[in-house]
Formats: sequence, structure tokens, C-alpha cells
Amino acid sequence: MAEFYHSVTLNESKCVGCTNCIKRCPTEAIRVRNGKAVIASERCIDCGECIRICPHHAKRARFTHLSRLSDYEYNIALPAPALYGQFNNLDDIDYVLTGLKQMGFHEVFEVSRAAELVSEATRKLMEEGNLKRPVISSACPAVVRLIRVRFPDLCDHVLPLKAPMETAAAMAKAEAVEKTGLPLEKIGCFFLTPCPAKVTDIKMPLGIEKSMVDGAIAISEVFPELSHKMDHLDSVEPIANSGIIGVGWATSGGESAALLNEKYLAADGIENVIRVLEEIEDERIGELDFIELNACAGGCVGGVLCVENPYVAKARIQRLRKYLPVSQNHLQGGPIPQVMGWNGSLEFSNVLTLSTDLKEAMQMMVEIDKIEEEFPGLDCGACGAPTCRAFAEDVVKGVCRKTECVFVYRKKMQKVASTLSELEGEAAILPKEGEN
Amino acid sequence: MSMLSLNYQVPGDDFTRAGEASGDVKHKLKKMGYEPDAIRRVAIAMYEGEINMVIHAGGGEAIVDIDPDKVEIRLVDQGPGIADVNQAMQAGWSTAPDNVRSLGFGAGMGLPNMKKYSDEMTVESEVGKGTTVFMTVFPGRKEEER
Repeated sequence: MAEFYHSVTLNESKCVGCTNCIKRCPTEAIRVRNGKAVIASERCIDCGECIRICPHHAKRARFTHLSRLSDYEYNIALPAPALYGQFNNLDDIDYVLTGLKQMGFHEVFEVSRAAELVSEATRKLMEEGNLKRPVISSACPAVVRLIRVRFPDLCDHVLPLKAPMETAAAMAKAEAVEKTGLPLEKIGCFFLTPCPAKVTDIKMPLGIEKSMVDGAIAISEVFPELSHKMDHLDSVEPIANSGIIGVGWATSGGESAALLNEKYLAADGIENVIRVLEEIEDERIGELDFIELNACAGGCVGGVLCVENPYVAKARIQRLRKYLPVSQNHLQGGPIPQVMGWNGSLEFSNVLTLSTDLKEAMQMMVEIDKIEEEFPGLDCGACGAPTCRAFAEDVVKGVCRKTECVFVYRKKMQKVASTLSELEGEAAILPKEGEN
Repeated sequence: MSMLSLNYQVPGDDFTRAGEASGDVKHKLKKMGYEPDAIRRVAIAMYEGEINMVIHAGGGEAIVDIDPDKVEIRLVDQGPGIADVNQAMQAGWSTAPDNVRSLGFGAGMGLPNMKKYSDEMTVESEVGKGTTVFMTVFPGRKEEER
């Protein structure tokens, strides 16, 4: 099996073994074992829900640190548009972009610029009509990973275009090579990320072989220094070059509104996303052409590596967009540039299935149904599994024993106790030692 | 005897719960690694049948027998029955009341869709007694073979 890289990791010393994260995980990837949470690597989609919920801050996201800039001769920042929603009273995106340059980036390339091209390419592909409807956005890496492990039949509905981050990196690097004459490997591209899923997406991309992005730095990491720099700017450089469409990608509904076609739906928040995917699978959503899904509530502004409340950020972005042109980046005409498309397809990964042998899996299912009846159905999580059902599955798989359920254990103990007291009663009528 | 037999009571009085039984079957088939296209067809055909039982029959029972080579679905209700099954099988023919139509159901595609997505289907119905629908889905069967 291939090795997995995950941004989402556990800080064991902080984990108290509570049940918060196991309950929240959309792929049931977490169990508590020996008092600590354990993430099943092959199931984790890096959505960050466990980071959001953990009251002890034991879950964290790994990301690239600013110190990595020294690895390259020429550094480019790729700010996600969600970054713009983090600052109070911002009325000009150039403050943010100039501030980033002051932090040591030689160049700044807005991801929203590439987003406008992705929107145009999507419109084109939709018009050509060769994609399986409804088309599902490929922009949120947690959603793409969720589809890959839970929705085998929807894999071929996913839009085969790179997310704006990748296209931005390709464009920025090409521009930088031309401008500086440096070889590609001396140029570093760093995405300023709102979420851990993007960090993972760079290390283990889907749909493409290798990412053009060299690292992903959390928005929360750049925020303190960046806001300080922004407060002390001598002059502001005119760098910003995207419009309403590109910046709109920061929030749920932005990507689909850019299709200029009202037959779409935009859902955000992982639970809502799952419900929509279930309905698409059952062909209950027939009249729509495009489905935009974001794992985080509010869209990318809701990512766990952002600092601001997603709804406040959303309001700020609405205000920022107001006086921007609709779109400032356009394709040159002709076919969609190859660099924007996937070069592979999304393959279903059967990590959630019980067994690769159908007969064996069916026998296991029969067993699970039977064992589940022995459990109280409270889904208390004390056994370390999110639900009684998941625990029954673990028992049948042989990774747990039934008595790890406190209710089963108590029943067993009661039986032992009553046997003992019965024996004790009988012992009274036995002749005492030495009497015979 | 099938390898795995599942039994569901479909409540007739609660619209918001319609689809729970077919959802559970879908979830279990996925867990077992059943063929994706067969899962999709079972989910859709059974969902339509479940909705029918809720709209027309005041609920009923769903029995699903799963084997590696087929999924058999039996939907049994004690509803009003269907007077003319052939007519009911026609696309667009519906007796659903307006309140149900306003929810987006009752377009007269229930039975036709069940027939379309299953590989075999029979309907037994008697007015005043109830209806039983049998559907079978064979994994790996292509649309043109059905």
C-alpha cells in the first residue's frame, strides 16, 4: 500500500482520549486506543474537522514554515483569496499583496487570477457538454478525497481541472523563469493556505502526478507579521489583478456563480456535502448542471487555518469585491491549455470496505448486524469507536474485543457476581471445616 | 436462503423518513464492496418504491435479500392496491395528491423508474388488500442487456 502523507496529525501529549474527534470524523477514521486518539491514515481526508472540534488542541495541521523561503533564490507567494477576508477595514487588496512582498517574497501571484481562468475553462467544458452531469467541483481537496473513499459512482463526475492553486503556481513559475532567468528549481512557490487539505494536496495530489507548489504556509502563520507590515507600508504597489469572479472563490457559492448559469447548487460544511453527494448518487438531483462543494462551513474562509470568523470574513470579501471588475483574466481562445487539466483520473479507493472478497465481506456484515444487537446503541464512544455500529465492525475485523464495551463488560461482571453470591449461599450449607 | 437478509419497516406517516431504508441498504452494499453500478440501481429502485409506499399505502415492509450474484427487493404493503397495474407502469401516470406533488413527488415516474433500474420486476396487487413489488438487480449487467 502506498504511504500516506497527512497534514492533520495528533499531538499525543495533549490528547486526553475524549470522544469529540471520533464522533466528528466524516470517514470514521479515528479511534481512541490506550487513551489516545489514533488516525487511520488510509481513511483520513484531511478535512480538519477534528482540529476544529478538539477542545484540548491535540489535533494540529502540519504546514510549511516561513523559514523554508531560504531554500530558494526567488520566492513567490500564492495567496488564497480567503486571506483577504482576514483583515479589518481593508478596502484595497494591494495592501495585503505589498505587505507580503515586505515579508520577503520576491513576487506575489494571486490565486484568484488563476481562479478566473479555471472558471472560464469550466464554462467552456460545460458548454462542450462531454462531462457527466451534474459536474462536481474539484477545487476542495477534502471533498475530492471524500468522494474517492465514499462515493465510487461519483468519481467520474468530478471536474477534471486543476484547482486554481496549481494553475497559479504553473503560471507564476513560468513568469518568474522568464523574468529572472533562473532555473525552475531555484524558484519557490508558496501557497498561503486556509486549510490542511491543501497542504496534503501538494504532497499527494490527485488527478496530477506532481504539484508545482513547493510548500503551503498557514494563513494563521503569516497573519501576525503580515498585518504588522501592512500597518507600516510606505507605499502600496499595484499588484492586484483579479476581479469579482476570482476573489469570490473564497466563499461558498463563488465558484458556481462564476459559471453564469443558474443551474447549480453550492453546499458547504462536511455534513451538508455528504447529504448532497448521497442525493446525487441516488439521482435525486436531476435538474442541476454543476455542484460546488466545500468541506468547510462558509467555504475556504471557514478553513481551520484562517484566523477570522468565516462569516465576518465573508462579509468583508463581499465589500472588497464591490468595486472590482467582473473578471481580469481570460483564456487566449482556442482549446483549454493542457497545463490546466488533470492528467489522470480520480480512482475509487476502497479503504472503507470490509474485505476485498465479496463473500467474506458479506459474512462479516451478517456478523456485524448480529453483534451490534448486543450493544446498547447509545453511541457513547467509551470503547473508542464513534458508534456502536463502528465498534461492531472493529470487533468483527478482530481489532477489538466485545468486552471493551462498558455495557457488555458490566453485564459480564453482574453474571460473575451473581454466580459468586449463589455459590456463597450454597457454601453456608456445606459442613464447616473440621466438623466431619 | 440468501447470505444476507435485511428487513425494514417503512413508516407511512412521516415523509421526512422516506429513503432511510434504501439509504441503509446502499450504505451496507458499499461497505461490502458490491459492484458500484448495482448499488446505484438498487438505491434508486428501492428509494422509488419506498416513496410509493409512503405516499400511497401508509407505509409497509421492505425485505432485501443480498447474495454475491443478485439483490432481491420485496416491498410489501397493505395499502389500497393498484386497479390497473399496466396503466400505473406508464410514465407520467399518477394518483398522488396535490400536497405530495408540491414536494416534488408524484410525477408518475415511480414505477417506470423502478422497472428501468431493476433487471426484473413484478407487481402483484389487489384493490383493497395491498401491493407487493418484487425487484431483482444483478451486478455487472449492462443497460443494453436489461
